[in-house]
Amino acid sequence: MASMRDIKRRKSSITSTQQITKAMKLVSTVKLQKARSKAESSKPYSNFMYETVRSILAKSTNVDHKYLHAGASGKKAVIMMTSNRGLAGGYNSNITKMIIGSGIPKEEMIVYPIGRKGRDTMVRKGYAMATDYSDVMNEPLYKDAMDISEELLQGFENGEISEIYLAYTSFKNTVSQTPKLEKLLPVTMDASSVSKEEQMTPMNYEPNEEEVLDHVIPKYMTSLIYGALLECVASENGARMTAMDAATSNAEEMIDTLSLEYNRARQGSITQELTEIIAGAQAIS
Amino acid sequence: MAEKFQLQVITPERIFYEGETSFVEMNTTEGEVGIYKNHIPMTMLIAPGVLMIHEDGGVKEAALHSGFVEVLPDRVAIVAEIAEWPEEIDMNRANEAKIRAERRLKNGEQTTNIMRAEVSLKRALTRLEVGKHR
Repeated sequence: MASMRDIKRRKSSITSTQQITKAMKLVSTVKLQKARSKAESSKPYSNFMYETVRSILAKSTNVDHKYLHAGASGKKAVIMMTSNRGLAGGYNSNITKMIIGSGIPKEEMIVYPIGRKGRDTMVRKGYAMATDYSDVMNEPLYKDAMDISEELLQGFENGEISEIYLAYTSFKNTVSQTPKLEKLLPVTMDASSVSKEEQMTPMNYEPNEEEVLDHVIPKYMTSLIYGALLECVASENGARMTAMDAATSNAEEMIDTLSLEYNRARQGSITQELTEIIAGAQAIS
Repeated sequence: MAEKFQLQVITPERIFYEGETSFVEMNTTEGEVGIYKNHIPMTMLIAPGVLMIHEDGGVKEAALHSGFVEVLPDRVAIVAEIAEWPEEIDMNRANEAKIRAERRLKNGEQTTNIMRAEVSLKRALTRLEVGKHR
C-alpha cells in the first residue's frame, strides 16, 4: 500500500492538471463560439458559388473547359487541414488516417499542409510536401484562401498537378466533427440533381460561358477552401473542448479514488498506532 | 417609379446587402450596366467599379472589386469577393496604394507585375471614388 505522503503528492499533481484542463476547456468554448459564427456567416457565399457552378455546368452540357479535365501528370495535390496545437483528442489523427486510407498512392500525392500537426505526421511518414501554410490556421482570412487556390491553380495549369483534393474536418455540432475528403478539381458535378425546370430556364453569359467559367471556378475553389478553413477552426476547438471536458472529469474521478485511498491509509496508520500503544501499556502492567 | 426587385450582395464574410431596389448600376467586364426589373437572365463578370443601389430614400453607393452577378427577372444576386461601404474605406491607404501602383506601372516591370499593378490601381481608384461621397 502506498504511503500517505505518496498519495498526497499524487493527488495534488492531478488537481493542478485538472485546473489546466478546465481552463483550456473554457478557452476553447469561447473560441468555438467565435469560430462557429464566422463559419456560419460564410455559408451563403459558398452555397451560392456551388449553386452557380452547378447550374452553369448543368445547362451547358457541351462546354469543354480546362478545369473539367484531369491533367496528365498523375500527381494529386491534397490540401491537408489540421491544427497547429495538439490536445484536441483525435482531431488531427483522424485527418491523417483518412488521407492515408483514401486510396491515393503515396508516390502520386503532394501534400499542401495547413496546420503543423498534420504536416509533422506526414513528413515523418515520408510524403512529398509542398508549400506550408500552417500560419493561416491561426486566423484564416479570405486573402489566404485566395493565395492557396492561386498557387494550386497555377500548378494545375502548368500540368504539375492533375487533381486537387481538400481534406478537412466538417463541423456538425459541438460534439460531432467528421473528416472529409473532397475533390476540388477537375470539377465534377452531379447533373442529375438539377431539376428539369431549372434546366429549361434560359441564361445568357457575358462575355461567354467559357470565360465566365474561367473566372467562376477559381472563385468557387477559393470559397470552398475558405469555408473549409473556417469549419476546421470550429472543429478544432470543438474537439479540444470535448477532449478537455473528458480529461477534467477523468481527473475528478481519480481525485475521488485517491481521497478514498488516502483516508483509508490514514485510518490504518491511526489504528496501528493505537494497537501499538495498547500493547505497550499491557506489557508494562 | 419603376417596379422593384430583390437584390442580394454576398461576400465571403457576410451578406453585404439584402433588400428591395428599383434600379442598380455597376461595372462589368463588358462595360457599365444598369438593371431594372424583368431583365433577361444573365450572368456577367464584375470589373472594379462603383455599385449604385437606387432605393426609395436615395442612392446607396459601395465599392465592388471582383466577382460576378447573376440577373434573373425578379431577382439579382451579386457575388463579390470584396465589397465595401464608403465609411469602411481607409482613404489614406487607398491613396497610398494608388501612388504605389502608378509608380510600379511607370517603372515598367515584368508583365505579370504590370497586370497586378493595374488591378490594384483600379481598385484604389474605385475606393477613392466611393470614399469621396461619404
